[in-house]
Amino acid sequence: MRTASPAPSRWALRVVGLGYLTLLLLAPLVAIFYKTFEHGLAPPIEAITSTNGLHALKLSLLMVVIAVPLNTIFGIGCALLLVRHKWKGNALIDSVINLPFAMSPVVIGLALFLLYGAKGWLGPDLAEAGVEILFSVPGMVLASIFVSIPFVVRETVPVLQEIGTEQEQAASTLGANAWQTFWRVTLPSIRWGVAYGVVLTTARVLGEFGAVSIVSGSRSGETETLPLYVKKAFDNFEFPAAYGASVLLALLALTTLLAMNVLKRKEDA
Amino acid sequence: MEAHAQSRPVAPRAGLHLPGVGTGLGRGTVVLYLSIIVLLPLAALASKSFEDGLGSFWAQATSPPAVRAYELTVICSLIVVVINGFFGTIIAWLLVRDSFPGKSAVNAVIDLPFALPTIVASLVLIELYGAHSPFGIDIALTRVAVVVALLFVTLPFVVRAVQPLLIEMDREMEEAAASLGAGGFTIFRRIIFPNLLPGLAAGVALAFARAVGEYGSVLLFAGTLPNTQVSSVFISTQIESGNENGAAAVSVVLLFTALAMLGLIRLFQRWGSKHERSQGAGAGGLTVMPMSGNFTEKEADDENR
Repeated sequence: MRTASPAPSRWALRVVGLGYLTLLLLAPLVAIFYKTFEHGLAPPIEAITSTNGLHALKLSLLMVVIAVPLNTIFGIGCALLLVRHKWKGNALIDSVINLPFAMSPVVIGLALFLLYGAKGWLGPDLAEAGVEILFSVPGMVLASIFVSIPFVVRETVPVLQEIGTEQEQAASTLGANAWQTFWRVTLPSIRWGVAYGVVLTTARVLGEFGAVSIVSGSRSGETETLPLYVKKAFDNFEFPAAYGASVLLALLALTTLLAMNVLKRKEDA
Repeated sequence: MEAHAQSRPVAPRAGLHLPGVGTGLGRGTVVLYLSIIVLLPLAALASKSFEDGLGSFWAQATSPPAVRAYELTVICSLIVVVINGFFGTIIAWLLVRDSFPGKSAVNAVIDLPFALPTIVASLVLIELYGAHSPFGIDIALTRVAVVVALLFVTLPFVVRAVQPLLIEMDREMEEAAASLGAGGFTIFRRIIFPNLLPGLAAGVALAFARAVGEYGSVLLFAGTLPNTQVSSVFISTQIESGNENGAAAVSVVLLFTALAMLGLIRLFQRWGSKHERSQGAGAGGLTVMPMSGNFTEKEADDENR
């Protein structure tokens, strides 16, 4: 088999491409682990297990537990609608779903801030009813859902298009009702695509900073997720805490990458 | 097209009909969810920015510090997409056409910026390229820092957009060119590059959209000094200083930029799917690209056939 380029130019490309990756991706990854454990395991662990650190971790997990299932159910339903049911509004729904990809998280945060704030459309009425959204957990949940809406839809749509409808039609010919068809035929065929979307949604929710920082007020031990904790610790020169929480987030990111790879392979198989 | 669709024998149940989904109820739920989560906040944003009339909006959106922030954002983003367009294409080529030890690990690491929280990226970049840099490179709190942070977060877009096109590309054309005596660079310029262009353009547009809106990774590394404030950082400083109208006006400008970029990406992907019919399906599993499928009626017909 002939190669498209002669050997020297191939080596040049390798050096350029991999060198760029090393400086931009690998070095930062190594640096964060080095910096965190520079003085042993104790300081970062102490920082993460502090009251505020643990609370931030719990709050981050709470965001995941609420936002991910909601966006997964929405995502599967929405993908089915977009792929299997022609409707004039589909193009519009599709565009709205893509918006969070292209929007600045700060703009998302500000939009929620203006809607639920003291002078916003809904803020005053909700406050009167005793419902607090801005600068508390519900607002942060709304921001997390907003930023992570596209992933499950985007990953499920191409899989649905690919599997077609023959098996579903066969199932319904054999007397399965719609729910049986969905659980036994459709869902098993799209599960890896959905799972891939779920992984991306989780990563985005865990890592979201901009939108959540604007709606949360970032009160330590109350409305502070892990990324907000990192920022505050850095601002207060509490570097072990900042790095400890960062490593935790980086480990979660690496787990995400691993899961993405496993799922990609399953999806292709 | 309509007549054609009707003349085709159609299966009695074209696809899955969930109870609720596909009926008015399912559609209503989707629309309601999107309205509450996405549209209502955006409407509040738009209404706030135009609260004091169009003139006031214009004055806020084009105030000198806002314009300075747009300029910095756009110039840095352009620099970033050119650099990542170049390196991203090389990396995609290495991952598809080359083989070297650790290739699958490299392929996995490409997505790191998608997975790593932006604030962590910022912290790490300070450590590496800040005052205590092990390389002796201190660019923190400068405009170069903005570029480096944006390079980091947008790296995967071009690679993941170009990769599927390279995988699916027909090698015969290249071999034909080589047998006719074309050199490596000529083959790239005349054969490979034109075939990659739709994907490259979509990836670059996506990277640009992401760069224009980026906040977390820039915040700590480039700081909030007046001369390093990108638009997102400018908005957050305006919120902090209580100028909600100003923040809203600049946000609306960014929102329209995002919409324009999404429209552009859609155009590039149409172009790409004309170019290579199978690209849509290929892109879906590999990338985090929006709109890996188009929902035109024609396509839906094709899928149901």
